Amino acid sequence: MPIGVPIEFAGVTKRFGAVNAVNDLSFTVEPGRVTGFLGPNGAGKTTSLRMLLGLVRPTSGTATFGGVPYRQLPNPLTAVGAALEAASFHPGRTARNHLGVYAAAAGLDKARVDIVLGKVGLSEYADRRVGGYSLGMRQRLGLAGTLLGDPGVLVLDEPINGLDPEGIKWIRLFLRELAAEGRTVLVSSHLLSEVQQSVDDVVIIARGQLVHRGPLSSLDTEATPHVIVNSPTPEALAAALTAAGLSHAPARAGLLVAASDPAQIGHVAFAAGVEISVLHRQETGLEDSFLSLIAGGGER
Amino acid sequence: MTFTRALSAEFLKLFSTRLWWILALVLFLYVGVMAGGLGALFGWAATGGDASAAGVSPLPPGMNLHAVIYSMASSIGYVFPVLLGAFAVTGEFRHQTLTPTFLATPRRGIVLSAKVVAMLLVGALFGVIAWASTVGLGAAALGAFNLDTALDSSDTWAMVGRGVLAMALWAAVGVGLGALVPSQVAALIIVIAFTQFLEPVLRLVSSFNEVTANIARFLPGAASDSLVGASFYSVAMPGGSAETLFWWQGGLVLLAIAVVTTVAGYFTSWRRDVT
Ligand SMILES: Nc1ncnc2c1ncn2[C@@H]1O[C@H](COP(=O)(O)OP(=O)(O)O)[C@@H](O)[C@H]1O
Ligand SMILES: [Mg+2]
Repeated sequence: MPIGVPIEFAGVTKRFGAVNAVNDLSFTVEPGRVTGFLGPNGAGKTTSLRMLLGLVRPTSGTATFGGVPYRQLPNPLTAVGAALEAASFHPGRTARNHLGVYAAAAGLDKARVDIVLGKVGLSEYADRRVGGYSLGMRQRLGLAGTLLGDPGVLVLDEPINGLDPEGIKWIRLFLRELAAEGRTVLVSSHLLSEVQQSVDDVVIIARGQLVHRGPLSSLDTEATPHVIVNSPTPEALAAALTAAGLSHAPARAGLLVAASDPAQIGHVAFAAGVEISVLHRQETGLEDSFLSLIAGGGER
Repeated sequence: MTFTRALSAEFLKLFSTRLWWILALVLFLYVGVMAGGLGALFGWAATGGDASAAGVSPLPPGMNLHAVIYSMASSIGYVFPVLLGAFAVTGEFRHQTLTPTFLATPRRGIVLSAKVVAMLLVGALFGVIAWASTVGLGAAALGAFNLDTALDSSDTWAMVGRGVLAMALWAAVGVGLGALVPSQVAALIIVIAFTQFLEPVLRLVSSFNEVTANIARFLPGAASDSLVGASFYSVAMPGGSAETLFWWQGGLVLLAIAVVTTVAGYFTSWRRDVT
């Protein structure tokens, strides 16, 4: 069973003319875990991954697999499997021949082609031209390509785009399985919700810069806590909160108070003799803290 | 090791899509019909048909009609291996298959040299197909008018060998062109415009003056005809087969064009970021 190596970005920067696509990016991706590489469209995810894979030359910095740049790996397909967004196929070639070409280039056993086609559920369509494939089937073929050399590291750019709900469920299990086998799995997405159920760690970038990294649960504590409170006499409630030194703002369901403990708000209202109709902690959720991170961070 | 793997990947790429056999089939029919047709036309003219009425000029004295007819395989067929070689490169850009290609073989120079070698071999295959067609149909036409087919002459078969070599070199030139002009449409337009219009006109115009005729010998099509040792142009040109290079010089000119364009393409498009 292949064991993954860490992926290391160290001060990676890429400028396309005047466009600062990636800016001084440094982070490490650990083996045995699924790491979500997140950021809005245009954040620089694809560019970062292409630099990691030796397809784009960084303006400065290095990205390596356990210290070895992709171009210096002795037989890269056996160490790293990568599927990039806008998966690239010749439309006139069958899936079997497509994989056969790259298996030959890496000197892999031809039997691997059928094995990986089976793993992604494409055996039935192996001899069809890829031009007739749906987006979901192309994504699966891209994944099959990553598995050809049974590599310890997987790098997947937006692999969930275009999959149907069944496909999404399938890929989640698939990613978890790969990490459980000890492989390094780096998977990019512009939606946290897409990968939330399968990732252990997150690396979040916005406008080419790192804005957050850590375990998925670290996103929880990032959120500023709020309490929602309402009253039949909102003016009196607002006055009581102001008197108690609590900042608040009108919200759809009442007042949004910058506090973490609903009991504290209840006490303020009780002491001021204000009747309360709603009182609860606002569920911010991971998605909200993700959105606030990518909205605020990475200013140039 | 990496090179032989890359080479076998290049052959699989070529033979797993339809382009190669479509080009080969059109090549076979095109040069075959031209050679058979021209052989029949000249055969009819030479054996006392009413040539002047049909507008066919009598043959220049001392011309080897069979050589002119057989060599149409390369003198008009060379555009096919060029297109094959060019598409082998431009197709990778167009379908974004450079990404998986460079992921499997990150040393890009190896990929490009494997393409050149693969195309030399498949270009030679195209040569065999084209010469089989012109010699087969051309000889049949000449034989029908009792003209000399020269199939028993070793000179004829030496010419066929040089002709196959010329087609191999043309496919390598195509690789260089594709690397230099990675846009498939632009490469196609350049190939068609240069081979079907620009070079014929240049060869015709330059042949009126000794100095320009000397320079025009180095035009790729002219160099190829020198390599083969016969040309359809020797009939079409007013000066006949005026100045030509030695056959080996013609071969070296083609080889130089292939090497220079491939190296230039490597340093321009091939090493660029793949985004
Ligand atoms: N070849 C290129 N030339 C110029 N700008 C580019 C090129 N590729 C990407 N960019 C720019 O770099 C930025 C990051 O793009 P990308 O890495 O594709 O982001 P993401 O994958 O996160 O959506 C964008 O502003 C994009 O327009
Ligand atoms: Mg992207």
